Amino acid sequence: MIYEAGSYDVVVIGAGHAGCEAALAASRMGCRTLLVTLSMENIALMPCNPSVGGPAKAQLIREIDALGGEMGVNIDKANIQIRIINTGKGPAVQALRAQADKYEYHKEMIKTLLNQRNLDLLMAEVEEIITAEDTVRSIITKTGAKYNCKTVVVTSGTYLKGRIIIGDIAFSGGPGNQFPAEKLSDSLKDMGLKLGRFKTGTPPRIDKKSVNFDAMEEQPGDDRQLRFSYISPLPDRKQLSCWLTHSTPETHQIVMDNLDRAPMFTGVIKGQGPRYCPSFEDKVVRFSHKDSHQLFVEPEGRATDEMYVQGLNTSLPEDVQIKVLKSIPGLEDVRIIRTGYAIEYDYVFPSQLKLSLETKNISGLFTAGQINGTSGYEEAAAQGLMAGINAALKVHGRDSFILKRSEAYIGVMIDDLVTKELDEPYRLLTSRAEYRLLLRQDNADLRLTEKGRSLGLVNDFRWQIFQEKKKTLSELISKLHQATFTPADEVIREFLNSKRSAPLKDRISLWELLRRPEIKIQDFYYLGLITVNDPDILEQVEIQAKYEGYIKKQKEQVERFEKMENKSLPADFDFSEVYGLSNEARQKLDKFKPISIGQALRVSGINPADINVLLIFLETKRRK
Amino acid sequence: MLNDDIAAISTPPGEGGIAIVRLSGQNVAEKISAIFKPYNPGKRIETRDSHTLTLGWLLDDEGDIIDEVLVSIMKAPHSYTGENVIEINCHGGNIVAQRCLEAILALDIRLAEAGEFTRRAFLNGRLDISQAEAVIEVIRAKSEKSLKLAIKQLTGHNSQYMTAIEEQLLKVNAHIQASIDFPDEVGDVDINEVSSILAGTEEIIEQMLEESKRTDIYRQGISVAIIGKPNVGKSSLLNALLRKNRAIVTNIPGTTRDTIEEHITIGGIPVKLIDTAGIRITEDMVEQLGVKKSEEVISEADLVIWVLDFAAGITEEDMEIYNKIAGKKRIVLVNKEDLELNISEAELNKLFTGERIIKASVKEDSGIKNLEKQIAEIILSGQVKQDDLKIMLNMRQKSALKKAKKHIHEAQHIMHTAPLDCLAIDLELALESIGELTGKNIKEEVLNRIFHDFCIGK
Repeated sequence: MIYEAGSYDVVVIGAGHAGCEAALAASRMGCRTLLVTLSMENIALMPCNPSVGGPAKAQLIREIDALGGEMGVNIDKANIQIRIINTGKGPAVQALRAQADKYEYHKEMIKTLLNQRNLDLLMAEVEEIITAEDTVRSIITKTGAKYNCKTVVVTSGTYLKGRIIIGDIAFSGGPGNQFPAEKLSDSLKDMGLKLGRFKTGTPPRIDKKSVNFDAMEEQPGDDRQLRFSYISPLPDRKQLSCWLTHSTPETHQIVMDNLDRAPMFTGVIKGQGPRYCPSFEDKVVRFSHKDSHQLFVEPEGRATDEMYVQGLNTSLPEDVQIKVLKSIPGLEDVRIIRTGYAIEYDYVFPSQLKLSLETKNISGLFTAGQINGTSGYEEAAAQGLMAGINAALKVHGRDSFILKRSEAYIGVMIDDLVTKELDEPYRLLTSRAEYRLLLRQDNADLRLTEKGRSLGLVNDFRWQIFQEKKKTLSELISKLHQATFTPADEVIREFLNSKRSAPLKDRISLWELLRRPEIKIQDFYYLGLITVNDPDILEQVEIQAKYEGYIKKQKEQVERFEKMENKSLPADFDFSEVYGLSNEARQKLDKFKPISIGQALRVSGINPADINVLLIFLETKRRK
Repeated sequence: MLNDDIAAISTPPGEGGIAIVRLSGQNVAEKISAIFKPYNPGKRIETRDSHTLTLGWLLDDEGDIIDEVLVSIMKAPHSYTGENVIEINCHGGNIVAQRCLEAILALDIRLAEAGEFTRRAFLNGRLDISQAEAVIEVIRAKSEKSLKLAIKQLTGHNSQYMTAIEEQLLKVNAHIQASIDFPDEVGDVDINEVSSILAGTEEIIEQMLEESKRTDIYRQGISVAIIGKPNVGKSSLLNALLRKNRAIVTNIPGTTRDTIEEHITIGGIPVKLIDTAGIRITEDMVEQLGVKKSEEVISEADLVIWVLDFAAGITEEDMEIYNKIAGKKRIVLVNKEDLELNISEAELNKLFTGERIIKASVKEDSGIKNLEKQIAEIILSGQVKQDDLKIMLNMRQKSALKKAKKHIHEAQHIMHTAPLDCLAIDLELALESIGELTGKNIKEEVLNRIFHDFCIGK
């Protein structure tokens, strides 16, 4: 018996990292929003590694934060360790990484959701999305509740027809043995969406009390007070350490002896897994010349003894998992709390999406996160935020919000998703970005806060902090340009001497002086030449000065890139109409339906001649 | 790509009195000024009115004159493409045009894609809408043709070298990207190792470009050296072949002290003619240098025309020269048959059994046609050292290699001061330049390489 349960502007299905961001963004933009979750206990769950950030992912979190999203603020409240990695490799790629407290992360997110105006939470399984005239109308839950809605954002993660595999045992389930969503896939298929199947996996969790840390190497956090969001208070809690150990030849022998029971090799697992996150058995087989792989043992939170064994994701049978663990230094007497497993799930081919993450076929239907074939909490959160924003804009009758590849990692990721054929779960990497030097974690706020403000997602508190930062920055930069010194200047001469830096030949500004690798902006503060001492500001200015040449180079590349992006193709463009396209090009373009010449060129198999043909066709149409 | 500066040779390949290199784009006039030296220094191209002609020299990257050229400028929108267009009229057909184009491509001007001028003309409203289909046909046909050509040229030695370069660049890029994106698994990059790989790659590219210079000469034709003792009529022969008066012709022995090079075509095949100084044992230092140079030319020449003096007979000096050309592909030209003979035909045949012997009188213009015919025969029969050819590069390959080399060079320059992410910019660009040739998706290739080379995954 189906009953009318209410009406919403936006319904978000799934309350993982994508769903939480989507629901918060939509409700903050003034839409009446319903967030439906299979389980209140699993909101913002981290079913895999207890860590966020790292290369490309830290940039994503900072971008989410600049747009008024929640992930940065939430991880600042709920981490046990935070540090910067890649510090020696350049400004573009250094990245914050935090070890999350999974339980706190979940609790803090629930608090935020429950306190959010316009947002209702509901525990239910959505079984069907009802459409009429290719437009979303309502959703129906397993218990018969029908909610009318203008838009739906599906953020169902790995729950769609989830199947868990451990050795020769396989059963239906979502991550962490949750209930899967069995019906929703069929509803999506009925709407004409094409689905594929991916696989991912997770390592066993072990009991801290059974670990001998003396046999491992300690990995402490950073001494500095670090945070993802500039609006978070500086942290003052004690950080917990992670531990480094490694597999042994004996470990590898155990794996090899049990390959006949490994579902990765027996054909039980059919879904394609990610290359960047292979199972341990896969690593042992593929890199047989290595007799050791490093493994990190990481706490899952402050109030738990569960520890995550990073590097050991596996679907080997439980008894083999125990043997494998016990062959590792420090884990001789280990006890497993949760067994490692592989999970297969349905995903939607993201080529069916527009850049707004709305499906091309069904108006008002958006998908975000792992359902789009991506992996990673940050990738999910960023898509969730964008889908939530665009669902809200649709409700308000406004144009979609699209970020370009030259503006944000978010733009790189979504553009990749809609123009690529995925053959494995998609993970964002800094090497996927063409303009890495412009898309840094340190300038995400400068790149995006104003956009967030105009969307209505940046509150006054954040806006004020941002305005002050901008003012301080521009004052400091002009000061550095204006303050000049001659070779006769005593203070500078001695300072350069002390830094083993060449003496001045001509008058030079502090800005120019800062280009010398051995000169740090902090030095100017100690010399009393500047008064600003905020490390974030100083870092920002120092990067701008030191890498000015490279940044300029990339900005020129962007200019060329944008010319192609700005040459747009009509949304309803019929590629089969274009005379002179090769058959392959026509099929590919028809499938991905690029919205600009630039995007068309990124579709694999499209060559410059096809682009020239397209350009001529467009011009012919324009003149007719 | 939409409206950057482009260039290409726009006259059909093959022979012609002149060839035209066409440039189109916003800044082509300013850019060409760097290598175009007008006769009248006041007539710098970028200051000239639209639809004017300017005479001057086009220079190569070392400042040497490539050719005397006539440059026309047609400013936007009154040009074929509707953009600023420069057309360079150069002499001597394709060979010179190729060299001009090469110099132009070093100016941050890109080689035009197939049919690109026409496409621009159409987009800028210079062609009628009814011509759209025809324009598309042009693009398709040209791109298919160039694709076929590219595939053909990616075989043999070329492809081996290209693969080696791509391989090294992929390796370096993958290592750097992996170290950035997977720091826990991959660890730090050894900059010295990267530097030495890059040095090796740069060297291969350099070798290829060097080698291609040599083979360019082949493609430009073969080199034919005219040798013989002084005053047998070598310069006159050159002039007869050229039908113009460049070399100084006198009857004082030893005037042509340095070599003279001229490009001609024989039966449609390009030939570089080299007139050598008279080879003679002498006390004169200057002339000795000339002799040494002649010997070098002989060793490098593909074909030698050995000129004998019918009237003077065969001397010991002649036979010494004959020894020097042993093993070379050669034609014996017995000159001055119009004068009183000092040697009989029978003697000649006995002395030079099995040689190609042509009797001629350069002065009377007899035997020259026969000589041309024989030269053509030798070239066409493939008797000239074709098997020695390893690297032959077309303009696109050359410009891609030069681009790659430039980026590698820049990377090397900043290697020890700039961080990895800045270094990666240049290295990516280097790889991209090569990728343009092979048509590979560089990002995917690098990713594949990362997962192949490193055990990624936590």
